[in-house]
Amino acid sequence: MQQNIAIEMKHISKSFGEIKANEDVSLEVRQGEIHAVLGENGAGKTTLMNMLSGIYTPDEGTIAINGQEVVFASPKDSIRLGIGMIHQHFKLVDVMTAKENIVIGQKEGFFTKGKALTEKVKALSEQYGLDIDPDKKVYDMSVGEKQTLEIIKVLYRGARILIMDEPTAVLTPQEIRKLFRIVRNMKEQGCAVVIITHKLNEVMEISDRVTVLRKGHSIKTVVTAETTIPELIEMVVGKKTDLSITKEKLPGKELLLRMDEVTVKDSEGKNALTDVSFGLNTYEILGVAGVANSGQKELCESLAGLIKVEKGRIFFHDENIVGKSPRDIIRMGIRMGFIPEDRLGMGLVAGMDIVHNIILKDYQSQPGIRLKRGPCIEKAKKIVRDLDIQTPGINTPVKKLSGGNIQKVLLGREIDSSPKVLITAYPVRGLDIGASYKIYDLLNEQKAEGVGVLFIGEDLDLLMALCDRIVVLCHGEVTGIVDPDTVTKDDLGLLMTGHTLDEIEKMHGKEGKDA
Amino acid sequence: MHNLIKITKRADMKRSQEAIIYTVAILLSIVCAGLVLLVLGLDPVNIFRSIVEGALGTEMRIQQTLTKAIPLLITSLGIIVAFKMNFWNIGAEGQITMGAFGAALVALHVPETMPLPLVLLMMFVTAVICGAVWAFIPAIFKAKLGTNETIFTLMMNYVAIKFVTYLQYGPWIDPNGSGFPRIAQFNSNCILPKLFGVNVGWIFALVCVVFVYFFMNHTKKGYEITVVGQSVETARYAGMNISRIIIIAMLISGGLCGTVGMIQASAVEKTLVAGIANGYGFTAIITAWLSKLNPIICAFVCLAFAALLQGGTYIQISLGVSSAVAGVVQGLILFFVLGSEFFIRYKLSFGHKKEVA
Repeated sequence: MQQNIAIEMKHISKSFGEIKANEDVSLEVRQGEIHAVLGENGAGKTTLMNMLSGIYTPDEGTIAINGQEVVFASPKDSIRLGIGMIHQHFKLVDVMTAKENIVIGQKEGFFTKGKALTEKVKALSEQYGLDIDPDKKVYDMSVGEKQTLEIIKVLYRGARILIMDEPTAVLTPQEIRKLFRIVRNMKEQGCAVVIITHKLNEVMEISDRVTVLRKGHSIKTVVTAETTIPELIEMVVGKKTDLSITKEKLPGKELLLRMDEVTVKDSEGKNALTDVSFGLNTYEILGVAGVANSGQKELCESLAGLIKVEKGRIFFHDENIVGKSPRDIIRMGIRMGFIPEDRLGMGLVAGMDIVHNIILKDYQSQPGIRLKRGPCIEKAKKIVRDLDIQTPGINTPVKKLSGGNIQKVLLGREIDSSPKVLITAYPVRGLDIGASYKIYDLLNEQKAEGVGVLFIGEDLDLLMALCDRIVVLCHGEVTGIVDPDTVTKDDLGLLMTGHTLDEIEKMHGKEGKDA
Repeated sequence: MHNLIKITKRADMKRSQEAIIYTVAILLSIVCAGLVLLVLGLDPVNIFRSIVEGALGTEMRIQQTLTKAIPLLITSLGIIVAFKMNFWNIGAEGQITMGAFGAALVALHVPETMPLPLVLLMMFVTAVICGAVWAFIPAIFKAKLGTNETIFTLMMNYVAIKFVTYLQYGPWIDPNGSGFPRIAQFNSNCILPKLFGVNVGWIFALVCVVFVYFFMNHTKKGYEITVVGQSVETARYAGMNISRIIIIAMLISGGLCGTVGMIQASAVEKTLVAGIANGYGFTAIITAWLSKLNPIICAFVCLAFAALLQGGTYIQISLGVSSAVAGVVQGLILFFVLGSEFFIRYKLSFGHKKEVA
């Protein structure tokens, strides 16, 4: 018997109605291995993992765990066999403490045994190098802490096989480093870790082997050390592709939008933005870098007229738009496109189809009381065609589309209104390689047409490759506005953690940098 | 070790399959109701036949059924508008009562000589205003202060009913009623005329079906209401004035319920009584929900429920069986139909091809 094989999935097929999500997929993960599952959205990664965690049952094929063939009737069976799944969206109860979250749903007794539990959590934390305060409430936790808690939760349930669905999508560079340290610890303890991702850099950094899925088929499993990023891209996309981001310096820049000492308070009355000033020009992509929750959300929403500005002014050309509602802004004839962070929560109506989501932007300028769908049906067809949106039709509810296609619907609608300003918050978050590059191209096209694009990003490499200038936020304050061609990544990191340009200059001694 | 039944999520289901599941659910609910009757020592076949006979047996009974369908349908339509916005208007009962109060306010104070169309129009307008005001109060609190509309609208019911009770026992008591706590009968120029033996409310109800359907599906306001119902954040993002939308939707919802009060006071009771709403405000929640907030389907669901109500009244008279039997059937239909949605969303499969050693 091959004792060292943790997961062996053979010839797995799974269909949903007409759609074959997985067809003849095989996957083998060894104990003490970090195994990346790589593929575009809709390649069948999540379906495959859901079968491993007992949420779905395969139509065909076999699953063996630690050398023994199994059939899962429910997630309970999979948990019992030591498989723990960490979903992209955390499943935690906000008002409970870490400790309480760890024990809910467990059979062992109704009451949470305080001391014994704390001891066990501590032991686990030490064993794997996790760092958590058992009595902290979830709502007080950062995203990184929540993820750590999710990991402890599955370990507490005895997981020896960990599946993580895009674990780094919501983390900062620092948090990612921490997560990778934890994952490596687990590997040393003999756990098997499966990471679903489409970030190639991370695959190269953390994994031992990679299995590539494409269109529901498993293409190949390779040893990470023996492959290269271009090779992986070729396997993922199915053909040789040149993926590079172009950045053209365009002439004719004019000041379009200016924030002048803007202060915004959050719901608790604390400053979310403090005296933020910067200008956005035509023909440029202005990046915004910063650790998560440094005021990016408030920055976008204050520009879009969605939250109250405590102090300061925002000029669009010469008009101050502070105090104007989104409707006023539309009425003033200011064409502003906004791709919010939470696409389905704000920006799109999940249960409505593409046509009705496109009407959202148009209907207010229609005359009369009737809702005219005609022009929007044409628009929907055009957007689906131009942006190559994969959908059964324009009457499919957008929540049934994949993440990348949902983003394309939103971006397509915002671009269609030929905006002067385009605000995009993490537009490629959760998108696969192909879709991400499509989005970069679209943003570059907009820039070439003279649009001022504000790009809130998290990936520093990307920000530096795409943007003409980068504004760095820390705790709601601008710590610097830098030229990505001359700044170093380390300096960006320092700015993100609160150092000012002056301080950095001093650190570097004589060699000065200009903003 | 393994469960014999496994539950998996379904992809989309065909319309025809959904229809089959719903039909099966309704049949099961009737079978189940039959079992309940058997346990109670009653003959289910006889009782069900009597319910159908009582609802549809003679021309007059059909007219009675239709008369019950009118308030149910219009109230359901009002509720649909609010529910589409995710605004849980449980206050239809109170809005009906206040509508009836508005109608009575006119009916009891106009001279007997005033022409009928004018009186009816005045009654209609005041009823709409009163119903709408009763819905406006919780709406404005929700829009401005974010209060919980479910509790608020529910409480408003009791206020309305107790207010009319007060009128009935106090200031509006009929001086010729020999001390009996009732309000005087309306004059003949306050009574809705009949067409084909049923008060003309049925025409109005059909107009309302078309109106609500058109309003929700083909107007900008209807679209806004649906967007607010699905995502307030997205509505804000799109620049919608959410407070205004909540208030407009509730004015329509309460206004429709108000007209029900006028119809019931004018055509059925021919006066104002505290129990004028007669539970229609609550039954309409069921019918609105069962019709999946679709005004056209709602018309059919309301007809079926009105038949059950009428049949229930009939068996009470003819067989001496409590009309609560009809209530049991209603409850079971709701239970089974809502329960059947589980089978539409999930698939059950039995047994396994392989077992683990």
